[in-house]
This record gives sequence, structure tokens and C-alpha cells, in this order.
Amino acid sequence: MIKDFFRYAMSNIFHRKLRSWLTMLGIFIGIAAVVALVSLGQGLEKYVNEEFEKLGTDKLFITPKGMFGGPGTGAAASLTLDDHEFVADISGVEGTNYIKITNAPVEFKDSQIFKNVFGLSYKPKEYKIFAEAYSTYGIEQGRDLKESDRFKATIGIDYTVKELFDKKVKLGDTIEINGHDVEVVGVWERIGNPDDDSNIMINIDTYDLIFPEKGDEIDYIYIKISDPTQTELMEQRITDKLRNHKGLDKGKEDFDVQSPVQLLEAFFAIFGVIQAVIIGIASISLLVGGIGITNTMYTAVLERTREIGIMKSIGARNSDILLLFVIEAGTLGLAGGAIGIAIGMAIAKSVEIIATSILGSALLRAYFPWYLIVGSLVFSFLVGIIAGATPARQASKLKPVDALRYE
Amino acid sequence: MDKNSKGDNRPVIELKDVWKVYDMGHIKVNALRGMTMKVMKDEFIAIMGPSGSGKSTAMNMVGALDIPSKGAIYLDGHDISKLHESDLAQIRGKKIGFIFQSFNLINSLTAMENVMLAMMFQGTDEQTRKKKAAELLTMVGLADRMHHKPTELSGGQQQRVAIARSLANDPEIVLADEPTGNLDSLSGENIMKMLMDLHHKEKRTIILVTHDKQVASHAEKIYLLKDGRIEGIKRVK
Repeated sequence: MIKDFFRYAMSNIFHRKLRSWLTMLGIFIGIAAVVALVSLGQGLEKYVNEEFEKLGTDKLFITPKGMFGGPGTGAAASLTLDDHEFVADISGVEGTNYIKITNAPVEFKDSQIFKNVFGLSYKPKEYKIFAEAYSTYGIEQGRDLKESDRFKATIGIDYTVKELFDKKVKLGDTIEINGHDVEVVGVWERIGNPDDDSNIMINIDTYDLIFPEKGDEIDYIYIKISDPTQTELMEQRITDKLRNHKGLDKGKEDFDVQSPVQLLEAFFAIFGVIQAVIIGIASISLLVGGIGITNTMYTAVLERTREIGIMKSIGARNSDILLLFVIEAGTLGLAGGAIGIAIGMAIAKSVEIIATSILGSALLRAYFPWYLIVGSLVFSFLVGIIAGATPARQASKLKPVDALRYE
Repeated sequence: MDKNSKGDNRPVIELKDVWKVYDMGHIKVNALRGMTMKVMKDEFIAIMGPSGSGKSTAMNMVGALDIPSKGAIYLDGHDISKLHESDLAQIRGKKIGFIFQSFNLINSLTAMENVMLAMMFQGTDEQTRKKKAAELLTMVGLADRMHHKPTELSGGQQQRVAIARSLANDPEIVLADEPTGNLDSLSGENIMKMLMDLHHKEKRTIILVTHDKQVASHAEKIYLLKDGRIEGIKRVK
């Protein structure tokens, strides 16, 4: 019986092809938008999760609180070398490293730009802590820095493929950082965001020579703890001890101790809001699509009043008519949803291909979990049913005599 | 039910003092004013009257398409005059087959599907529906037109589809409302012949509603309707 009702609905939908297409447009634009956005969002989420997993749970980071200008701008820097040494001695801390960052003038062949220059320790034990945190990225050309290197640098890949200066930089070229000549000995793999791909890394000794004014101020402390299961405990211990060391009141810390888990949570909190807003906007299209279905179904009821009369005269009950129209509206929604899913997947996949080939970014990967597909189908069917409910009710209530007389 | 037992002399439909009042706001129109009639099993009768005589209303009552304002209607011995629309629909689908002046087929469905639709509302399974629809369409001479849509058929052919549909659920009564009204005289004559065959060979009870003397003369008995009540009964030999 239900199967027949679906068949009848399909024959009506096909009978009025153009109108059915136009009606479905609203639904499939909405569903396409939701599917495209959610699948890319899911891909990003999955990617970030994987990256954090690689990072491991045995790492903690200390950053100055309220770095509004980003690291290196000196906006609210409050960490010092003394703090670093203090943290390194806390029990349970296996090793540390720190970074100094300056946004400095960089010159190459008479063209000058401002870029972030990172100074860190390349002593093997200390460097390992930094390297582990970024283990996904390696050196693509040349070599990484060594402890003994002086006035040598590794640079982001954008310098070699884009004209950040007037000319592209090659391995072995010399660039001028803050007035000092530095030789490029290595180029990093693509990381996927323009900031990271134009970073410059130098040995901390060289950094101190180039930027003496930075003094004791540092921007980032990396910590490796000895027991990876004690992340939260260590986080608390380091916070307490460093606060006391700096003579600050509880709750008034001017630094943050963070674990990858926290960073992940912070990321997903923001990401969740962004996704909700985007889906909210896409839902407007679904609402409009639903209203389109209601409108079409009202027209259909008017147009088919006589047909309703015929069906009632040959034995259709009110509930049969109600079901017929609801199924027709639901099918319109469902078909719109199915087309929307196909288009949404195509859009997401295209974005992925474009992002990978042009930006070289692995961040935008489309991921289609089954619940997204099934959920979209069910949802679009429901939108159709809800939109068609009132017109269907109206149709079912028509008196056969009146309906048959209708011209 | 055995349709061949001529001795079964019971009324299939009976109207007792049926009134129908249409409320048109400030005036009330009495379409039927105490119509009384009885149709026996296997009869072929015609309800004839000029326009305005209450013919359409009478056919709505007989066809269980509407309920009276006053009076009683017995279909197969059961009073249907106070039933709710959905129960009425069920009875209609099972006991009455309609043939309308304007054919009233559903244009988006094929001839076959139109016939099957009537059975669908009775919950008949698909196999049976297909088989029965094919049989009926073959009987009305449309074996080669089963998968055509109404718009691809002539008026006479469409009315034959309607006849096939009216028989789909083996109804007690076939109710034909001006069945030849939209047809040329030759097609009209064919349709009347078919109705007479249904009566004679298949022993169907047929009620014909018409304003046309010539058409009515195919029936065995003619009820003359005037001003909302039966004015006289004429036997055709």
C-alpha cells in the first residue's frame, strides 16, 4: 500500500517536472550547503585530531597570557629565561625548550619584508622536545640546523615557491635578518598555512646576537613530562610553582600552562560555534525550501481538487488522501535532499582538490560520515512532510461532492 | 455474492423520505423534498429529470457521496445516512462503481493504473490488482490500450476505462451519471450497449442518471424526478 502511494507520488512529481525541480531547488541548495560545510568541517576536525594525537599527551606549553598581537609582537610578554630555568627544575619535568620570536625586517636582494624569526636551542636533547611536537613536518631541501651552526637558517617553503621578496629564495642564498647576513641551509616541508610557511628558524645563539634587545624575554616554553598519564597533575603543579616563583596571586597568573588536549578543546569550542553559525545560515535555505514545498502542495491541492474527488468517489478515505499528499511532499523533500547531498559532496570534494593542488594544504579534506548522509536524507524528508502537512490536511477534508464539482 | 440468482429479490438501495437542504447563507435551497425509491438487485433503472430537478443531488445520495439532511438511505440493508465521510468512502469503494459524464480518470496514470487505483484503496494486493485490471480492460475491448494515459485515448475509450474501473471492486451497484453526455452518438450508443451487456450477461444492478429520454429508454424502469421528489415510474418493455 505505502509502496503504491510512493509510486503515485513519483508519477505526480514526474508529471510536473519543471515545477518539481523548482520546488526542490530550495531544499537542495540548503542540503548541498550543509553537506559541503559539514563534510569539510568533519575533515578538518579529523585532521586536527590526528595531528594532536601525534603530538602526544606528554607535552605541555607555557605561553604569556593574553598574546593579543600573537607571539613575537611583545604585546604582553611575561616569560623570562629565569622562568624557563625554574620550570626545567620542577620534579616530573623531563626536559624543556623555549622559543624567542621577533617580527623582524628581512631583506633579500634589495627587497625588504617583515617576518617572524624564531630562535630556539638546537642542543640535541632540547631540540628533540620541539621536534617531537612538530614531528609531522620535516625538512624538504637541505638540512635541519645543528647546535654548532652560526648565522644559518631554515626557512618556510613559501620563500622558495612564491615571490615573497622580488625574487624567490634558493637553498644556499644569503638573507639579511635585522641587518645580519644569514645563510639558508634548509627548507621546511609545506605546513599549509601562509604564516607557518614563511617562518624563519635560527639557532638561539645567533638569535641573541641578531636581537640583543630581546634580552631575557621569551615567548614559548615547551615541556616534556616524564609520565604521560600525569598531564593534568603536572599542568597544575607547574602553574602553582611558577605562580609562586613569580610572586603572583592565585587566579592572577600572567601565563598559561596548556596541554594539547586543552588546545584541542579550545579549538573545537570555537570551531563548533563557527559550524553552528554556518549551518544556521544554510538552514535558512532549508526553511525557504520548506515553504516552497508548502506552496507547491497548496497549488497541487487546488489543481487536483477534482482528482481528490475522483479518488474519494472510488473509495479513498480521508486518511488515504492525507497520506498521499504527505508522501508526495516528503518525496519532493527527499529527492531534493538526495540531489543536494550529491551536489554538496561534489562541492566539498572540489574544494579539497583545489585546496590540495593550489594551497597545498591538507587541512581541507572532505569527510563524509554515514550519519551526515543518512541524517540529511531523513531531515529533508521530514522538511517535506512538515511542509506538506497543512495542504495535505486541507486536501483530505474536501467533501467528495464539492471536489467532484470543482473545475 | 451470487449475482446469477434471479430469485434474490431484495433491495440493494432504498431511499426513505430523503430531504437535502443546501444552506446558501440567507436562503435555503431544498434540492430533494422527500425522495423515496427502492432499487432491487439486478435491476437496471434510470433516474430521469430536467436540470434543476434535483438529479445531481439524487445521484450523490444514491452514490453515498453525500448524506441527507433528513430521511434514511439503506445500502444493502444498512442505514448509511448518518455515517462519517471515511466510513462512507469505504462503503462507496466496495459497493458502488461510478461512471461519470466527464469520465473522471486521473490523467497522470495509465488506463491500467486507473483501474488498479480503485482496488488499491481497498487494500487489494498488487498481483490481484494487475490481473483483475487486465481482465476488465480486455472485457471492455481495451487490451491493446492498457498502458496508455487518458489523454492518449478517445472519449469513448476513456469511458470504457471508467466502466472497467467501476467494476474493479465487484460492486453491488454501477451508478452511471450521464455516461454518454460527452460522447458522440456512435460512441454513446456503444457505451449504452456495454451497460446493457453488464446488466444482462453479468447481472449487475445499474442505476442510470440522465436528462435524456433516449438514453433512459435503455433501462427497464424509469423514475421521473421533478422538484426533488419522484413524480412517477415508467416501465420500459
